Amino acid sequence: MSGTLDLTLAIATLWLAVGLAGLVAPRNLGLIRRLLFPLGAVLGLALAASALHGLFQSPTARVLPLGLPDLPFRARIDALSAFFLLLLGGVAAGISVFASGYIRRGEGTPPGLQCLYYHIFLASMALVLIADDAYFFMVAWETMALASFFLVTSDHRHAEIRRAGYLYLLIAHVGAIAILLCFGALQGGSGDYSFAGMRGVERPVGWASAAFLLALAGFGAKAGLVPLHVWLPEAHPAAPSPVSALMSAVMLKTAVYGVLRVTLDLIGTVYWWWGVIALATGLLSALGGIVFAAVQTDMKRLLAYSSIENIGLIFAGFGLTLIFRSFHMGTLAALALTATLYHCLNHACFKSLLFLCTGSVLHATHERSLGKLGGLMHRMPWVAWCALIGTIAIAGLPPLNGFASEWLLLQAFLFTPGLPHSYLNMLVPVAAAVVALTAALSGYVMVKFYGVVFLGQPREPKLAEARDAGAWERVGLAWLAAACIVLGLVPAAVIGLLDPVTRALTGFGMASLAEGWLFLAPIQPERASYSPLVFFAGIAALVGIAWLAVRLRYHGRMRRTGPWDCGFPHLDARMQDTAEGFGQPVRQVFEPFFRIEQQVPAPSDARPFFREVHDDRLWHWLYLPIARAVDRVTSLVTVLQRGRISVYLTYSFVTLLLLLLFVR
Amino acid sequence: MLLHYGPQLVNLLAAILLLLAFAMLSQRRILSLINLFAAQGFVLFLSTMLVAWLTGQNHLYGSAALTLALKVIALPWILHRLIRRLEVKWDVETLLNIPSVMLVGIVLVILAFNLALPISQLAGTVTRSTLGIALACVLLSFLMMITRSKAVPQVIGFLAMENGLFFAATSAVYGMPMVVEFGVALDVLVGALILGIFLFQIRERFDSVDTRHLEKLKEQ
Repeated sequence: MSGTLDLTLAIATLWLAVGLAGLVAPRNLGLIRRLLFPLGAVLGLALAASALHGLFQSPTARVLPLGLPDLPFRARIDALSAFFLLLLGGVAAGISVFASGYIRRGEGTPPGLQCLYYHIFLASMALVLIADDAYFFMVAWETMALASFFLVTSDHRHAEIRRAGYLYLLIAHVGAIAILLCFGALQGGSGDYSFAGMRGVERPVGWASAAFLLALAGFGAKAGLVPLHVWLPEAHPAAPSPVSALMSAVMLKTAVYGVLRVTLDLIGTVYWWWGVIALATGLLSALGGIVFAAVQTDMKRLLAYSSIENIGLIFAGFGLTLIFRSFHMGTLAALALTATLYHCLNHACFKSLLFLCTGSVLHATHERSLGKLGGLMHRMPWVAWCALIGTIAIAGLPPLNGFASEWLLLQAFLFTPGLPHSYLNMLVPVAAAVVALTAALSGYVMVKFYGVVFLGQPREPKLAEARDAGAWERVGLAWLAAACIVLGLVPAAVIGLLDPVTRALTGFGMASLAEGWLFLAPIQPERASYSPLVFFAGIAALVGIAWLAVRLRYHGRMRRTGPWDCGFPHLDARMQDTAEGFGQPVRQVFEPFFRIEQQVPAPSDARPFFREVHDDRLWHWLYLPIARAVDRVTSLVTVLQRGRISVYLTYSFVTLLLLLLFVR
Repeated sequence: MLLHYGPQLVNLLAAILLLLAFAMLSQRRILSLINLFAAQGFVLFLSTMLVAWLTGQNHLYGSAALTLALKVIALPWILHRLIRRLEVKWDVETLLNIPSVMLVGIVLVILAFNLALPISQLAGTVTRSTLGIALACVLLSFLMMITRSKAVPQVIGFLAMENGLFFAATSAVYGMPMVVEFGVALDVLVGALILGIFLFQIRERFDSVDTRHLEKLKEQ
């Protein structure tokens, strides 16, 4: 295992070196595209391989010769870190290959600088995952936030992108403060900020709860949990697509890692109501996220809201883990945690795949708005087929990976009647229903996404010139699509990978509970079991038989004729269902979620125009009041602002004198 | 013999330092101000050498060398170049009424002595009586920064304040640890350079290095 730790540190260093190499010739696109990004991808693969090896080793720790005197950086790798490193390395490899085909000149920040930020971002995420004291963790965490901020604002010439970046940075820092305070609560007066020291501290309920709530708020802000999710739909569309993919797929998962590390590892003893809070916020995020995704008309915003939904599901699974663990139901806690981690891995694969697909579409058409896309299936078959795999996976349809983890999560929910708490017994089935509703809605949203972008007729004439993705982009897309398929087809093997993690965190593993390698049967095979391979074989057999039957029976007896056109032979692109139209039923049903502004044209209007804006109510209930309050307070302080240096100096002079007199 | 008069000599140098601080407070011409600043640095160098020799604290020789290099040679040279390039060499500043500023200065000195009294009683060094003077130098330099409106004298006031702090450190506890001292020295150097760049920017914007023009930047 020490090999894995050393290798991880080496790869993080090499990533930094690759990034710095981008500075040597910041405008030499050939070097950056053909050498540096592929090199970063190879390093990602190496990281994934070493983490896969490290998953089954015992934890190792080490003190690094870095940091301040008497406050060195400590690094440690255990099964949890190794699992998330595997996720990071595997997904980053695909995204880096894609990025080497994607990066262009003349889009704001020069390519070399983007290469630097990108690789610093990767390295800092790896370091977050192996940090073993609060100091190192915070340094890596903030480096990650800053690197991603600069990546989000790559196109800094647009005012709205700068605004999105500012919002992201603001919420990232609010979150970082909460995390810092959480570590303060965790050390429990011992003054020891190493994670090893925190594990040993006995804390009263109050301090432990404060630490948990701060961790939930701090990491939730990074993960995009309601109500701190507002940055996600702004920052993801603003960022270049590989960056959106990396942020959504991996950076949000580092927040999940953080909350798991703090709660299950550092705090140790948990209380059932913590789980209820995590479950409730998770479900709220999941439902809110998917409902908002349904009404979006910008494809990247839609995916960003869908990320909120998936993070919500992950936190719901985490909440369930806490509830089971607080009642010492180890096996069920392990089941819920397995579902949570599995969904992390799956979301990383399909969401990065879909973001990269939107990137290809964006480059081919220069259009992000769903209302101006359509019919790209014929123009961009590679992207369309990869996006189809991602869409099926994210919609939670078998036999792809999204179904496997959502099914496991629902299985975990179905075991809650065994809880020794009557209120929970009544409430948790409602939560299970919300999860099911969310899964169904996400299917609806994904049909909208795929149908509007790739199917039907092109809505704009310029779409006819769209070109398919280049070779590098195809490799990146194919890698992630293959991951979606493999993770879906062999869930038993994936659960085998998760076994050491759940064993370390809950004391129980699920590996022995999977029925062989073919069937997946949590707890008892009589209750429920699922085999994607059998399912897949069944579907394949049915399709094959149908195809053969049609071919044998009807072949050659075809008659071509004009379709029944309802008396209107001239079908054109404007008659297709639009993104707004598709989302309309959801908007109607979930109307209380939105704050809707409508402008309906008058009957006599010569140029009728219908305008509707969907706004997040939280903006008006939470963010704007806070912003106004800050404005009011600062306007009081501006009285002090005189604009003259000597006045300012007098302020500090008088303060100094008063302090001197005071301490005397 | 010299050992006997040593502490007296330190006191004498401290008095000169205070005198120079007052001189800087009342000096109108920028060029003379820089020369006074260099003189103050030189006195500081002498007193540090003396304290080092009296107490046998060898690391103070290093501090003294640093003072000589930085505050007597480097910074005045930078400042001379700065005013030559800014073409403000012969500038004369309209000050507040000098006698009243001096009176405020005297009040500050009294205050400083009063404040330093309990600390110097605690300190066991040969130079403890000079702590009040060091504090007075800091406050006077601060006052100088407040009363000037041109940028260069403000920079000099800032640097002179550091002189006072340094003197306080040598007189109260025989200097700071070397690593802190290097850090502060670097800070001062970098600060002077940044302020230099800043001054060019101000002049480019307002055609003058009078910081009163910055008032226009105030948010309405």
